[in-house]
Amino acid sequence: MAYDVNGTTVEHDEEGYITNLSDWTKELAEVIAKEENVDMTDEHWEVVNFLREYYDEYQIAPAIRVLVKAMKKKFGPEKGNNKYLYELFPYGPAKQACKIAGLPKPTGCV
Amino acid sequence: MSEGIKKFLYVNRKAPHGTIYALEALEVVLIGAAFEQDVSLAFLDDGVFQLVKGWDTKELGSKNFAPTYMALGDYDVSKIYVEKESLEERGLSEDDLMELTYEDEDDDWAEKSSIHIVSREEMARLMAANDVILSF
Repeated sequence: MAYDVNGTTVEHDEEGYITNLSDWTKELAEVIAKEENVDMTDEHWEVVNFLREYYDEYQIAPAIRVLVKAMKKKFGPEKGNNKYLYELFPYGPAKQACKIAGLPKPTGCV
Repeated sequence: MSEGIKKFLYVNRKAPHGTIYALEALEVVLIGAAFEQDVSLAFLDDGVFQLVKGWDTKELGSKNFAPTYMALGDYDVSKIYVEKESLEERGLSEDDLMELTYEDEDDDWAEKSSIHIVSREEMARLMAANDVILSF
């Protein structure tokens, strides 16, 4: 199973998470987002970039509760809440945004 | 304690690499923390090596998950007990350990250390005081 990014193929698992984290590019993110029916706006990118920074620092994709708390700390309560994040990523911010960000499925996310 | 919340103690006794125990324990802790239980971690025997700073896993070819311990505070895991005797027996002291912190919600989000150095005797009492003990 693989995504097609302008002719290059990027392997993913049965749920759509990419196999090799270093394969990620912004173009790939757009391709995954399209499959997820997410139209990437600046707000979406803000979350995706935030997740990538979190992973870079801690080597894990945060659980939703932790993501909300960390977003609240960085961007304030209007962005650090469940409603805002679910509006951007209706099928679960942690799951869907992590997939687009090219990260593994969040630990503790079933 | 409100109803339904149990006191979980995760006991870490093994060196970070060479076996999967340390990484598995850390993942279980993070998963458990998502269910809002009362979580504590204990590090004793070779388990104290898990918290030693400055790991370099390049030659081992295994993932360096040391930074993940730093995320424990985000998961509201703020009670980390390290056995003094285990440190001493290995020529280590608190200064050799990573600085693990959490933000205290009840104290204007002040950053505080999560690490408590306890004696073997205190560790035994701690184990007795928990409802569930998971040993790795």
